[in-house]
Amino acid sequence: MNALKSREAILALAILALLAAIASRFPAFVAPANLVRVLNDTSPLILLAMGQMIVIMTKCIDLSIAANLALCGMIAALMNGAGVPLPLILVAVIAIGGALGAVNGLLVWKLGIPSIVVTLGTMTIFRGSIFLLTGGAWINAHQMSEGFKALPRAMLLGLPVMTWIMLALVAAIGLMMTRTPLGRAFLAVGGNPHAAVYAGISVGRTQFAAFVLAGALAGLVGYLWVARYAVAYVDIAGGFELDVVAACVIGGIAIAGGAGTVAGAVMGALFLGIVKNALPVVGISPFWQMAISGAAILAAIAFNASRRTPGRIILKPSEVTP
Amino acid sequence: MQADHRPQDGAAPVLSLRGIVKSFPGVRALDGVQLDLYPGQVTALIGENGAGKSTIVKVLTGIYQPDEGQILVDGQPATFPTAQAAGRAGVTAIHQETVLFDELTVAENIFIGHAPRNRWGLIDRRAMRDRVGAILRDIGSDLSPTARLRDLGIASRHMVAIARALSIDARVVIMDEPTAALSHKEIQELYALVETLKRQNKAILFISHKFDEIFRIADRWTVFRDGQFVGQGLMRDATEAGLVQMMVGRAVDQIYPKRPARIGEPILTVAGYCHPTEFEDITFTLRQGEILGFYGLVGAGRSELMQALFGITRPSKGACKIDGKVRVIRSTAEAVDAGIVYVPEDRGRQGAVKGLPIFQNVTLPSLQRTGRGGFLRLAEEFALAREYTQRLDLRAASLDQDVGLLSGGNQQKVVIAKWLATRPRVIILDEPTKGIDIGSKAAVHDFMSELAAEGLSIIMVSSEIPEVLGMSDRVIVMREGRIAAECSGREMTPENLVRAAAGIGLTKGEAA
Repeated sequence: MNALKSREAILALAILALLAAIASRFPAFVAPANLVRVLNDTSPLILLAMGQMIVIMTKCIDLSIAANLALCGMIAALMNGAGVPLPLILVAVIAIGGALGAVNGLLVWKLGIPSIVVTLGTMTIFRGSIFLLTGGAWINAHQMSEGFKALPRAMLLGLPVMTWIMLALVAAIGLMMTRTPLGRAFLAVGGNPHAAVYAGISVGRTQFAAFVLAGALAGLVGYLWVARYAVAYVDIAGGFELDVVAACVIGGIAIAGGAGTVAGAVMGALFLGIVKNALPVVGISPFWQMAISGAAILAAIAFNASRRTPGRIILKPSEVTP
Repeated sequence: MQADHRPQDGAAPVLSLRGIVKSFPGVRALDGVQLDLYPGQVTALIGENGAGKSTIVKVLTGIYQPDEGQILVDGQPATFPTAQAAGRAGVTAIHQETVLFDELTVAENIFIGHAPRNRWGLIDRRAMRDRVGAILRDIGSDLSPTARLRDLGIASRHMVAIARALSIDARVVIMDEPTAALSHKEIQELYALVETLKRQNKAILFISHKFDEIFRIADRWTVFRDGQFVGQGLMRDATEAGLVQMMVGRAVDQIYPKRPARIGEPILTVAGYCHPTEFEDITFTLRQGEILGFYGLVGAGRSELMQALFGITRPSKGACKIDGKVRVIRSTAEAVDAGIVYVPEDRGRQGAVKGLPIFQNVTLPSLQRTGRGGFLRLAEEFALAREYTQRLDLRAASLDQDVGLLSGGNQQKVVIAKWLATRPRVIILDEPTKGIDIGSKAAVHDFMSELAAEGLSIIMVSSEIPEVLGMSDRVIVMREGRIAAECSGREMTPENLVRAAAGIGLTKGEAA
């Protein structure tokens, strides 16, 4: 526990150091209004990282998360075009996102297919489905209603609604992880699946739940994304699933499952978000951005690996007796 | 018949071990053992579970380094710092579960790691095929060198493993319970193969629990007990009774805190439990306050039976009654609900969730009870964890500590506390004291006694005879998936347990 806490402290320090370095060359970046903008900009990444975090904790991975987002975003735009009221659209994208996650979860649970294979397949299927829905056409700003586009950008107590949604869901997921049997099950299943089975926790069902949650979050972000950027097409958020995984890894979510915290994932996403927002401002080319993101991921993994204390060597019974 | 060190026929041992000591935290697995292997002879290594047989194999094959002692090859001191070094010295092992590669062919398996190369440094497939053909002909096998291993049965896999041993010019071949999974016909083939190896002047170490095959095939015997050397000699001078005596012949030097409990009504009745591969026709009754011991050799199906009772696997036939009511247990959650809990043998894999704090490990199966309205209540969890860890005298800095940082004995206590916290009727303890230190052992035994006195029914699976005899009111011995014997009172002697487990037959009443 102490190691985890200090890992998050170190990550927080790294974020502060990053901000300080940027501020030394471009002080306007750390102005409160700009930081709010960066936070808002990073909200989709944080929300998706919440879902991915849960999936990774259970020893799985969801590569279809960005394709799910794109499909749900397109569905939201199409529903809006058909005149469906916004609250209904919100309910629908969350339900559809969850259902798409459930497909992943069922394949992993019932057929025992490795999640990386399942979600690689569904990722392509989801993208393809967008094409089937629209024939590859774009839905642009003028085809969307004002109310549809306004919600994420509306200001409430000084913060955009999208940021409020992010904060509320992060708090809810934090509560779930620490205070509900399901949150405990995610950690137990990832930490020791055999022991979880013995304790009456179904590994498959828990992984299924993780995929459904991640899918529902992706569905919601799909609407937020399309409404905020006021455009929907086949390739929105293309490759974003890798950013999400990167955010989790930087945030100290153990890729082997069983360890990680909400705070870590949030900070991992923030770190990436700041890098992406700051580098163009400071005048560094996009190619360097990618290299810096990549270096941050490797540094985080190297750091996690070096911190892995073996603890006390516990007797391995199988090696002692014949 | 004791301590026969001189080679009878003038041959010198190829390989000798002298004064080998190997310790693990809390356990001295080998305590100054010796072993001699002679060319062209089969030496049987005999001992109970826990005698140190598998550890000595790992020392011989360079997987473990002995803490003390000498390895002599042809009388010269040698060390086996790696498995490769042991291989170069000509030692090869055919394991209980032979380690081979399913997706490769017979020839590739035989030559993996030392394939013949052509002048370009690539694998010379033709030379490999030719040499494999010759080796397989030598051992009288009709296997095709190009057959894929995944298509072969267990006996053929043994053939491949033996061919592999021959391909690296092994001088010492270790066979660790090679017949455990073989049919009668396959065993006969294996015997023929051992004869072939003998003719080729290999020294063979044959580890087996089966007396009939030891007498059939071995030239010499060596007995280990509790990691110590007991004796060695020639098979032609040995008797079955003498060997059994040496395997078990120890004073029960530990005092077991078993208190007489009031044994009440039957709690658990198992009738005709069957499993397609692991066990057959298991019928027994467990009464209130009783400690029922399950003894048997490793692989006798004891743990598998317990896993079926706990809903990890399902029996193919049979019924289970708890308090006179038939209960169908299809999942561990249903077992816990029915009042049966299982403390698994393999704590690392099946018991504790490392990374989670102690209290969360304890409450993992009890979250329905400690929580309310779908939320966990940490205060309740701490209270429950404190209650049961205190009863077990757990030594930990705080209940918030990661379980992975505890010692083996304390981890075991956390796992037991976890299951007691579900308030079961029947608790199954699988090797409850395996690999833990003496102090923690005594605490676990004491606590078992206390629980039985409180009316909890206990099934204890144990491979340690003193523990089985010291703690149980009654003992069931399993052998090859069946109940071989049930002993109580005066029939509960070390000799009877060993005989039943090895399939020799019971002697009633007083034994030596």
